[in-house]
Amino acid sequence: MLTQQLINGLTLGGVYALIALGYTMVYGILELINFAHGEIYMLGAYLGIIFLAFFTALGLIAYNLPLALVLSLILSIVFCSGYGYAIEKIAYRPLRQAPRLSPLISAIGVSIFLQNYVMLTQGATDKVFPHFFEKTGIDILNTKVTYTQLLIIVISAVLMFLLHLLIKKTRIGKAMRAVSQDKTMASLVGINLDTVISITFIIGSGLAAVAGFMVAMYYGLVNYSIGYIAGIKAFTAAVLGGIGSIPGAMLGGIILGLVESLSAGYISSEYKDAYAFILLIIILLIKPSGLFGASHEEKV
Amino acid sequence: MKKKFNFKILLIAFWTGLLFLPFKGIEAAAILFAVVLASLFFIKLISQHTKTSIEKIQTKILLLNKKLQFIKSKKNIFSGKILLIIFILSVPFFAKDYFLDVAVLTGIYIILAQGLNVVVGFAGLLNLGFVAFYAIGAYSYALLNSIFGLGFWSALPIAVFITTISGFILAIPALRLRGDYLAIVTLGFGEIVRLVLNNWDSVTKGPNGIGDIAGPYIFGMTINKLSHYYYLIFIFVLLSVFIIKRVYTSRIGRAWVAIREDEIASISLGINPTSYKLYAFAFGSFWAGIAGVLFSAKMRFVSPESFTFMESVLILSMVILGGLGSLRGVILGAAILVILPEMLREVQLYRMLALGSGLVLLMIFRPQGIFRPSSSHHGGKIVST
Repeated sequence: MLTQQLINGLTLGGVYALIALGYTMVYGILELINFAHGEIYMLGAYLGIIFLAFFTALGLIAYNLPLALVLSLILSIVFCSGYGYAIEKIAYRPLRQAPRLSPLISAIGVSIFLQNYVMLTQGATDKVFPHFFEKTGIDILNTKVTYTQLLIIVISAVLMFLLHLLIKKTRIGKAMRAVSQDKTMASLVGINLDTVISITFIIGSGLAAVAGFMVAMYYGLVNYSIGYIAGIKAFTAAVLGGIGSIPGAMLGGIILGLVESLSAGYISSEYKDAYAFILLIIILLIKPSGLFGASHEEKV
Repeated sequence: MKKKFNFKILLIAFWTGLLFLPFKGIEAAAILFAVVLASLFFIKLISQHTKTSIEKIQTKILLLNKKLQFIKSKKNIFSGKILLIIFILSVPFFAKDYFLDVAVLTGIYIILAQGLNVVVGFAGLLNLGFVAFYAIGAYSYALLNSIFGLGFWSALPIAVFITTISGFILAIPALRLRGDYLAIVTLGFGEIVRLVLNNWDSVTKGPNGIGDIAGPYIFGMTINKLSHYYYLIFIFVLLSVFIIKRVYTSRIGRAWVAIREDEIASISLGINPTSYKLYAFAFGSFWAGIAGVLFSAKMRFVSPESFTFMESVLILSMVILGGLGSLRGVILGAAILVILPEMLREVQLYRMLALGSGLVLLMIFRPQGIFRPSSSHHGGKIVST
């Protein structure tokens, strides 16, 4: 029971961490809670289903299943990145100099728009993700770990490692770190702010797309409203780890996933969604800077 | 130069079409591509050729505004208000039931929006879980009535008291947080309240909701006709406008605005921001409580479905559309956002789509809303950082 819950929690945690990375990167650079990020995750799940249906119609699935899965994952990442890029350009860029409330409201607007857009085009009922893997898996410590779970844990770990390399080792990663420290200074030394922000949105959205695709595969069902709750939970994970901190988001996601699956297993599953909120409120009250966040001094 | 711009338009249109392709299929994407291309082209043409005429129109509007100011300054405004009130009072004599129903709903939302305006507009604290207080007010009345058998007038003060206290209790810890963290905590609070209402079956009857709630009564006469509700709610709306206006122009209101504009400067003037923010939260929840009681007394039924995050966003949209901190703006905003969707029932499916894109457009093109708050305190940062 305990190991089972731990594995479930780790799976969920990997997904939350992937979404939380998008929140934390955007917040680190723009100090904006990107409310629409949860919807990108939802779009990722839907796009996965749509492309898989497309490939089924083409006959690729019968011909080569892994290829079809990888192709639809890549397409869903590409499209979600496109959405993220477009959202930033349309809804946030004109408001960069505006009071802080404005981009937040704009983000809520985008979120409502995307939710209802998907509801109108894809219907309000649950969509089924085709079931490819049997419910089989391997036994670890007398606990059954399904292949899907294993896949999610491995993929999220690999992606997080790649992101870490990107941020620490590459030129663009350096530019992102510079922008998040001081926008004005960064642009003075020749970093193109707009490009860096766009790339941040593209990467964050891509990660959310992977998360959406994998959740759809894990649960087998998606709904147009999954983005809101998942978004809030991932935001909680980001805050838990210290918003703006990338290792913080990874750790926060995993902790949140564990907390949620353990408390759902041992306390009550009815309030499954409430635990994240309660955790969020407690962290914000006790240590708003999170586990890894730098404490923020108010400037006069 | 010109050719390059056209290329950009083409790119934008292609981009839009491509993004919508997986959801709507190739035909719709092509149509979208054509529509976006055409409209962008059109806008471009218009903006090139009519820049001067737009300026002319703007100056005309300014002149008209000045004339209106002239009328206002002649104290015609008082008689205008009386005329308006007489009109509102006479509505039930000729209006249909459906219209009255919408009017009652508008009244409830006006009270709610006024309450949220106190928190967001006056004190500059973004509250994304305002619906929680509305829910607490509504459920308090429903439970006081169905369990303890209390009538409307005896339950009203208790329910409102409970709501105000809950606003106070949330505010005490939450106010230590900066702007958008506060927003998230209030959002979380709203969700927790909804989840509790949804799952605490023994008291709230869960998703089924509580029915058979007694309506209000006056002088031993139970109110059950729509026109009676209309007058009752009208009185409460008048009260809310009157009291909130009085508070706004008092010392407390000025302290709120001072904190919103510059918290540090207001501290140096001897204002204690924490206690004034507490007042704002409690005062705002007070009105949410009243609106909640009126809602459950009118509907005779409450369920968690009426108190979702969407409702919070809707109320916030009313405040923002009307103009943060503007009393008449908020009334207008509430009226527009209740009545417009009712008028557009045929395209009901698209109204949330319109609300979402409307919020984005509003933020980009007119972030101050329809009414700009009077000149003494506009332009500053709206939410304290």
